[in-house]
Amino acid sequence: MTDVKEEKQTAPAVPEIVRKRKRIWPVVPILIGALLIVILTYTLPPFRNYQLATVGAYFTVTAGLTVLTGLNGQLSLGHGALMATGAYTFALSQNKWLNAPVSFVAAILVTTLAGVVIGLAAARLRGPYLAGLTLAVAVVVPSVTSTFDETFNSDMGLSVALDPPPGTIPMERWQAWLCWAGALVTALLLATLVRGRFGRDLRAVRDDETAARLAGVNIARTQVLAFVVSAACAGLAGALFAVLAQSVSPGAFPLTLSLFLVMAIVIGGLGRLVGALLGAVLLVALPTLAQQAGERSGSQHLEGNLALVVFGVVLVVVMLAAPGGLASIRFTTIFRRNR
Amino acid sequence: MDRFLYLTFDGLSRGAVYAAFALALVLIWRAARIVNFAQGAMAVAAVYVAYSVTNATGSYWLGFVAAIVFGLLLGVVVEKTVMRFVDHSSPLNGVVVALGLVLIVQGVLGILYGNEYRPVETPFRRDAFEVGGIALLSRYDVFVFAAVGAVVVALSLLFTRTAVGLRMRAAAFAPDVSRLLGVPVGGMLTLGWALAAAVGSLAGMLVVPTELGLHPTAMDVVFVSAFTAAVVGGLDSPIGAVTGGLIVGLLLSYVSGYLGATVAPMAVLLLLVVVLLGKPGGLFSSSKARLA
Repeated sequence: MTDVKEEKQTAPAVPEIVRKRKRIWPVVPILIGALLIVILTYTLPPFRNYQLATVGAYFTVTAGLTVLTGLNGQLSLGHGALMATGAYTFALSQNKWLNAPVSFVAAILVTTLAGVVIGLAAARLRGPYLAGLTLAVAVVVPSVTSTFDETFNSDMGLSVALDPPPGTIPMERWQAWLCWAGALVTALLLATLVRGRFGRDLRAVRDDETAARLAGVNIARTQVLAFVVSAACAGLAGALFAVLAQSVSPGAFPLTLSLFLVMAIVIGGLGRLVGALLGAVLLVALPTLAQQAGERSGSQHLEGNLALVVFGVVLVVVMLAAPGGLASIRFTTIFRRNR
Repeated sequence: MDRFLYLTFDGLSRGAVYAAFALALVLIWRAARIVNFAQGAMAVAAVYVAYSVTNATGSYWLGFVAAIVFGLLLGVVVEKTVMRFVDHSSPLNGVVVALGLVLIVQGVLGILYGNEYRPVETPFRRDAFEVGGIALLSRYDVFVFAAVGAVVVALSLLFTRTAVGLRMRAAAFAPDVSRLLGVPVGGMLTLGWALAAAVGSLAGMLVVPTELGLHPTAMDVVFVSAFTAAVVGGLDSPIGAVTGGLIVGLLLSYVSGYLGATVAPMAVLLLLVVVLLGKPGGLFSSSKARLA
């Protein structure tokens, strides 16, 4: 949890123009983050390391989704399916060649390709239409795995062959390192990308398409590119999930996963990588807390479902009170809309 | 040929349900320019209410009425407590709030009833009548057609023949002018949500027994089919919703009949992509709506 505070300092809540001058080169917080992770993995017990690794894997996908939804204004409910694409590609490649670097690259490439296809369609759609199309993509995952069950083994899924970690490193620590290496590299690349011309184009397209077009921004290309970039992140995250669970099945990528991802970036604050990190932490912390509450009350029905309710309530409240995320709360908005 | 006929009737019966569900989406879209992504979850909640009432009283019809009434109330509550306060400056906001509702409803249902599949009874037998040795329709199919037909007729009478319907259309079409003329625009919006949720509940009651059974996420796939139906017809058009529903129903029936049930969701996705990219306005709508 300490790394959250660490990165927060680099992006204080001051107006955009002031903030730009004060911004530190993204490599610095990333290096500090990496150092923190290494220290944490040596001090935390194995289960906490596993949770830390899960935060890293979630951060990889929420960071990409933040660029897509927060900066470019395209809502995707299909990122769970893109993660499944990455995870299944990783599993198939691992089981065939047992070469982790090759499998990671394969997962990212295949998911990027899927991202190009969906992104090309997405660039022509707006608002609820895009949400509906990506929702359909998310829902179709189980039927794909059972239609091609010789490859994907239906609901049972595939187990993932993994090399044992090098030396005497325990599995959980190794998983945390892998996940956070992926997450931090992703964050570094995204932060660099977003600071440049591409980031300005993204925001321009989100805020006013007509003005952006007049200013010479290629709308369709910007939107497709945003989708492709975030799809690549989802593919890597999916592969990391496969490493974490050491198996892949459609049950690991339900529609609620996609909804959770959207929730994470909305709650964290749309359009900022720190928000994506906060969201990733919440995705791991809230279900754990809800599960403990469920165990204390002795009701099996509470497990998991309580987390759903909490997520939903938080999502609705944040959206009504502060559509810009937690960073921009203005309580007057709640009452102003009263018709 | 026998099989084709059977699949056609089966598809029309499925399609009638999707038509009702798509109609509920269109009702809210016309009134509030929101696609209610929580429609499926709300319908499942109503079916659970029916399940409880039927189990307690032993009467299917009491449960049926309870589901519709619950749907009406849920629509009012959702509109009055949540949807009314959504910031409409970006179309994403309404969608995200609806997704939050999905999580809440599914979570609450899971807490109350657990996450296992429950079988649901039907009021009529589902084995098909035979006409000249060909199995065509079941009693249940006839019930589905009658129920959806009644709803379509009642809604069209409401909108074209009554003062309330005129006010609802006015409030949706020109809210500011309507308000000046004394139409309670907020009230009409609430009424629209209530009607839509009730129609959605009816669709849920009709479709759940024919699918896998009752489960908090039972309507996810159905919602996608209904959304596709609404898009095929154009989100603005009630006639389009009914036509779109029948098209999707037929497609699903033929695909699962000839290619296998697991292929069906992919066929719906394909149809959605083709329609959105090829004829973005839907069959019955102008393409302008697509930019909203």
